[in-house]
Amino acid sequence: MKKSLFASLGLVAMLMATSVQAKTLVYCSEGSPEGFDPALYTAGTTFDASSKTIYSRLAEFENGTTNVIPGMAESWSSSADGLEYTFKLRPGVKFHTTDYFTPTRDMNADDIIFSFDRQMNEDNPYFQYVDGAAWEYFNGMDMPSLIKEIVKVDDMTVMFVLNKPESPTVANLAMDFASIFSKEYADQLAASGNMGDLNQKPIGTGPFQFVAYQKDAVIRYKANPSFYAGKPAIDDLIFAITTDNSVRIQKLKANECQVAPYPNPADIAGLQADSNLNVMSAEGLNVGYLAYNTKVAPFDNVNVRKALNKAINKQAILDAVFNGAGVAATNPIPPTMWSYNKSIKDDSYDPVASKKMLEDAGVTDLTMKIWAMPVARPYNPNARRMAELIQADFAAVGVTAEVTSYEWGEYLKLSKAEDRDGAVLLGWTGDNGDPDNFLAVLLSCSGVGGSNRAQWCNKEFDDLTNKAKQSSDAAERTELYEEAQVVFKREAPWATIAHSVVFMPMSNKVTGYKMDPLGGHRFEGVDIAE
Amino acid sequence: MLGFILKRIALLIPTLLGITIVSFGFVRVLPGDPVLLMAGERGIKPERYQKLMEQFGYDRPIWEQYFDYLNQLLHGNLGNSLVTKQPVITEFFTLFPATVELSICALIIAVSIGIPAGIIAASKRGSFWDQSLMGTALVGYSMPIFWWGLLLIIVFSGWLQWTPVSGRISLLYFFPDVTGFMLIDSLLSGQKGAFTSALSHLVLPSIVLATIPLAVIARQTRSAMLEVLGEDYVRTARAKGLSPARVVGVHALRNAMIPVITVIGLSVGTLLAGAILTETIFSWPGIGKWMVDSISRRDYPVVQSGLLMIAIVVMVVNLLVDMTYGLINPRIRHD
Repeated sequence: MKKSLFASLGLVAMLMATSVQAKTLVYCSEGSPEGFDPALYTAGTTFDASSKTIYSRLAEFENGTTNVIPGMAESWSSSADGLEYTFKLRPGVKFHTTDYFTPTRDMNADDIIFSFDRQMNEDNPYFQYVDGAAWEYFNGMDMPSLIKEIVKVDDMTVMFVLNKPESPTVANLAMDFASIFSKEYADQLAASGNMGDLNQKPIGTGPFQFVAYQKDAVIRYKANPSFYAGKPAIDDLIFAITTDNSVRIQKLKANECQVAPYPNPADIAGLQADSNLNVMSAEGLNVGYLAYNTKVAPFDNVNVRKALNKAINKQAILDAVFNGAGVAATNPIPPTMWSYNKSIKDDSYDPVASKKMLEDAGVTDLTMKIWAMPVARPYNPNARRMAELIQADFAAVGVTAEVTSYEWGEYLKLSKAEDRDGAVLLGWTGDNGDPDNFLAVLLSCSGVGGSNRAQWCNKEFDDLTNKAKQSSDAAERTELYEEAQVVFKREAPWATIAHSVVFMPMSNKVTGYKMDPLGGHRFEGVDIAE
Repeated sequence: MLGFILKRIALLIPTLLGITIVSFGFVRVLPGDPVLLMAGERGIKPERYQKLMEQFGYDRPIWEQYFDYLNQLLHGNLGNSLVTKQPVITEFFTLFPATVELSICALIIAVSIGIPAGIIAASKRGSFWDQSLMGTALVGYSMPIFWWGLLLIIVFSGWLQWTPVSGRISLLYFFPDVTGFMLIDSLLSGQKGAFTSALSHLVLPSIVLATIPLAVIARQTRSAMLEVLGEDYVRTARAKGLSPARVVGVHALRNAMIPVITVIGLSVGTLLAGAILTETIFSWPGIGKWMVDSISRRDYPVVQSGLLMIAIVVMVVNLLVDMTYGLINPRIRHD
């Protein structure tokens, strides 16, 4: 009896010692994930909880950069015509072993094909495995028209055959929607009639494996001991869902969590002064802009657009709207992005010159509308305030502006109209770190009436971006995009306003965290001091 | 009594039907739709927009959508969330215990402080106690909940470190949900310290949520007590030589309770409404936060069925309150 008691006590002591040694990192996440299948959703909060933690992709963005590096594919090559991309898969990659799934084989070409086929093939049983599966990112990136077929060359080689050459293809395959799923697990779920579990009990090959989710409260993960890039340094990762910005900061200060994103700008100075905390910062991969409607007079006149650009006091906007957490934007792509043209000079703030330019263009007593978004976005935390500041700037050069707004869905819809009355405040956050994702999406002729809110179609610009999209030579692409930015600045379809700066407060015991320029939150390289 | 209950239940049916119309119409009257919001800045091509609207069934005439919804309801199907793709009923019952637990604790605080405060204020009418208690109640009633919650967090969790900042239990404890009520589940788990942790997490959100109902109950108790304290039977009781405590506690209080019970019943609605803010501040995974998120995402099935479920809860509670009148005052038994 005594012996068994001592044995039990010994076991408890051993367990306690193990639990003491286990390193736990608590991340105060800003919201609940919509589900755990990243291909079904478009929200960054969902990606943080699913694709960034649980899954891997053929190619990955190097942590802290937008460089594309090998992931599930250890190498790749493209054909001379740019229509075929062949991926050589990494051998020995294991899917997670959990209490609800035990893989019997390593990752192979079947898993890669399944992960994409379910998003593009209406006959795949997983195409509509949950009600209203829309595969919005896959469609939004135009993948159905880009991918002709995906061919299994052998167990460890897959080939993507495209309908047209597209240079950002590999970067696209590093995006969250391209996360790799286990076909073996999906087949098991289909056989047991529990297909919906693919979105609730995820299995991936990523750095952390799913343990449990208590809706709107806590997500628990543990380190994947077989992660191909090495087991993460922390043993347990917990997402404590805390939606209020101020409460997140209080939790961080009370050490209830060790990393807390999106602080209120007003709290940043206090956080920086706290000796227990470390506040990291990085420029966001985004741009906030004011798009004129270049199809409507007098905004079809480049001199009028340039004159108005000169009337805007960007520094006042950075101070009042961004509380200093932003930098003035010169180009339509952020400075952290490759091919950013540093030689371009921004329009100087000069109300006197602005007024004269308007007079020279024969524009007097101009009245216009400024559309202000009804929601806060990283590239524009307070559009109404920004619109009011621009309104005052325009008033100073004799332009009467009226600030108008709509419900967000309506705003997005109405602002696309080619005959829209007024200039629109909007912005963009990059998806894949490729300039094409900004320049072609937001400013190409094919975007007129859609995502090109300036309704600006310039053949010279379009030719440059199209050529860049089809080239696989990085140096040539850089040159073409730099030139396209010169055309953009000369023609001024937008007033480029700002790029936000993202702050990330964390306990100073946290080491190895890198700011993701794409806006995600990744923990595979993170450690925490005892 | 049975007849009364059956009559009340029969009355619930047209009320519920009305609620389905209001909740169904409410989300559709709001500008914007779920497909546009899902696409965001990225935008969506018109043909794909059309296809998704067809897929969700939102391209059909509104009356057709409504009758389809009613038909589904009659078959016990509340629909699936457009966002999480989960059944609304599952989500509701996952989150509802958290709201109920918080609301019950808040109600206990509101009643156990509000009623004595009202009695003291009424018994010492016009005194310092009366004025300070009613003044405090007025402040409580006017308190902006968001500000009040943050203030308590900063003082008690930040400076004094007496209570945790937010959540339902320390993240060190991990056990499966059995009832969904954290206090009960923590006891069932057998983990040492789990119950204390769950209880400590309830303190601040319960106080915040209780603030407004407490103020209302205190003021209502005071005015009801003042009314009955002037009645003949109270004077008679005093004249008989009964102790003031017995006069107030037994003779006056029981009769003053009827309007107070009504207010307590009505405060269930207030608690659910207050839970929206309280749950947001304290990261409390309940239905208030769930509804707000769903409205902003235009998650039609969640909003319309969630509102319906909440309405049913409020109506059932009020029915129970009506039934308790008879227990308190035999003169108004519903025969």
